[in-house]
Amino acid sequence: MFNASVSFHDVLFMLRGAGVTLLLTFWAVVGGTTLGVLFGLLRASAPGWPSFALGAVLDVFRSVPLLIQIILVNAFAPILGFDVSAFTIACIVLAVYGAAYCTEIVRASVLAVPQPTRRAARSLGLTWADDLTAIVFPIALRVGLPGWIGLALGLMKDSALVLWIGVIELLRSSQIVVTRTQQPLLVLGIAGAIYFLISFPIARAGAWFERRWQDQ
Amino acid sequence: MIEIEDVHKSFGALEVLKGVSMTVARGEVVSVIGGSGSGKSTLLMCINGLEPIDAGRVVVDGVDVHARATDINRLRRRIGIVFQQWNAFPHLTVLENVMLAPRKVLGKSRAEAEAIATDRLSHVGLKDKLVAYPSRLSGGQQQRMAIARALAMSPDYMLFDEVTSALDPQLVGEVLDTMRMLSSEGMTMVVVTHEMRFARDVSDRVAFFHRGRIHEIGPPEQVIGNPQRPETADFLKSVR
Amino acid sequence: MNYSFHWRPVFQVMPEMLAGCLVTVEIAALSTVIGVAIGVALALGRTGGNRAAAAFALAWIEFGRNTPGLFQIYLVYFGLGSFGLHLNSYAALTAGIAFNNASYLAETFRGGLRAIPSTQTRAARSLGMSAPLAFRLIMLPQLFRIVYYPMVNQMILSVLMTALGLTVGLDTDLAGVTQHFNVLTYRTFEYFSVAAALYYLIAKAMMLTSRVVAWRLFRY
Repeated sequence: MFNASVSFHDVLFMLRGAGVTLLLTFWAVVGGTTLGVLFGLLRASAPGWPSFALGAVLDVFRSVPLLIQIILVNAFAPILGFDVSAFTIACIVLAVYGAAYCTEIVRASVLAVPQPTRRAARSLGLTWADDLTAIVFPIALRVGLPGWIGLALGLMKDSALVLWIGVIELLRSSQIVVTRTQQPLLVLGIAGAIYFLISFPIARAGAWFERRWQDQ
Repeated sequence: MIEIEDVHKSFGALEVLKGVSMTVARGEVVSVIGGSGSGKSTLLMCINGLEPIDAGRVVVDGVDVHARATDINRLRRRIGIVFQQWNAFPHLTVLENVMLAPRKVLGKSRAEAEAIATDRLSHVGLKDKLVAYPSRLSGGQQQRMAIARALAMSPDYMLFDEVTSALDPQLVGEVLDTMRMLSSEGMTMVVVTHEMRFARDVSDRVAFFHRGRIHEIGPPEQVIGNPQRPETADFLKSVR
Repeated sequence: MNYSFHWRPVFQVMPEMLAGCLVTVEIAALSTVIGVAIGVALALGRTGGNRAAAAFALAWIEFGRNTPGLFQIYLVYFGLGSFGLHLNSYAALTAGIAFNNASYLAETFRGGLRAIPSTQTRAARSLGMSAPLAFRLIMLPQLFRIVYYPMVNQMILSVLMTALGLTVGLDTDLAGVTQHFNVLTYRTFEYFSVAAALYYLIAKAMMLTSRVVAWRLFRY
């Protein structure tokens, strides 16, 4: 099956690319979730125009192609005089992009906790902090987790776009192997299988959680 | 005439009809009473072929409903049915709900269908709701619309499947009044119902269903007024 | 910061960039329409009785949702060459996005079909409608309303995805035109800022249009 011109070394090279993809995903998810939880709680609890303004700003990140955002930040960093690697820029853009989505997931999840439940908690003498940690977070987590898993997988897939600024992640490394071996279908097939093997089990687990929690 | 002969019907391991036989003559009103899960509603669905049967026969005016050669869509034009959940088509106005089948199934022109629909809707007291969407109607109004929708096909038979069970108590009367009017006009009706007073006042005959069988069938004075079987008496006591 | 911004060259090529917007919208619309058609087929295939069709639909949907859109575009552009099928970048981009759209929309349609109570079909059949007629007159209009906003959403995502045309050398859409002038002048930040604003406006215009259309369309 394996064509002679695609060597073991090539596959290893692609696996290293997959490692970069996972690393990008990790930082994007960590950064995006941290910012997203912060912004999301802000949006859910602070009413009026500050929340609206934050929402409008984050909406820009969801309404401009990610590739354009990557290109812009990559061009803007040197203008500001920052000397940062393409990998760092990639992580920052993906994290902010992820935060824009994560904010809405967190906001919707917190708002999904019924007011009467929270009032009941406070009426039992729970403090504001107790209410958050004992009532709001556990319920909101169940509402938001499936969407968050979807977001994390989305970031993993979107991380392919950073090949444009020269980060050698999975898709770029495949492209390099294709250029050398002239076996596009086979090499892309291997790349696709790797993406699928990362994404599919997690997606299935997410769907399972969603079903299980809906039944309760 | 509707002839039901020894009909059997199972859902998986659960046999809901265990050999049911009865006939309904033209112009007759037959009420079917009995506990929930006794198979009454399933029997109605078997009469117009919405549920297939496992054994036996249902014959409507000489046509075997469940025979493969039967054009079931053609037969259903003559058998109207109204469900417990009124099943209004939410995307169509009241008038369009009633016009749809005459236009698309009977091939009537828009003007003809509109005339028929307006007539039927006036008949059930919804003349002022023609352009409203069902979501704006009360349950009772939606149920009367469903009756008008079935009547627009000018059916020879009307089947009613617990049409007042899902209604708020204060809306039950208007729907029963509409059905009373239909029976006084000579419509042939099979009515599955929990409304004992309606069954007694309007029916020519009442059939008591219990565990997939008809235990007792006869004039209302007998089945409801003076039940012959202990199961019937027990049931009547439980609903009173 | 000793960089001086030059915006005038960008505004001088505005007509070309606006023409690029049209191509972008065209690709997005085309790939959405194709995606909807295939998506409906996949949803029906997955829920229908035919096992081979169900397996094929499931494979398409899972593959489409678990690999990057950019990868799918690459597969069409570079991979199909192995079968002697050489698509130009416009066709490859459109096909790639359509493939991706179909996978997501199929699940949307499947969920939509499940959201319509089966009693609706039953009521339609009881009035003498055949199964296809009941589907067309009763199910389809209700399905359309349920999936309307998800479909609009997918179309806006398609607009954003068209920027990936850059990676396969498309030079007629908004991103491609922008890149064309960028490599002549290397005013990357200026050109792509304006492109970003235009993408934003396209996305917002679509959202607004879809709301107006929905308001006209869904009166119930």
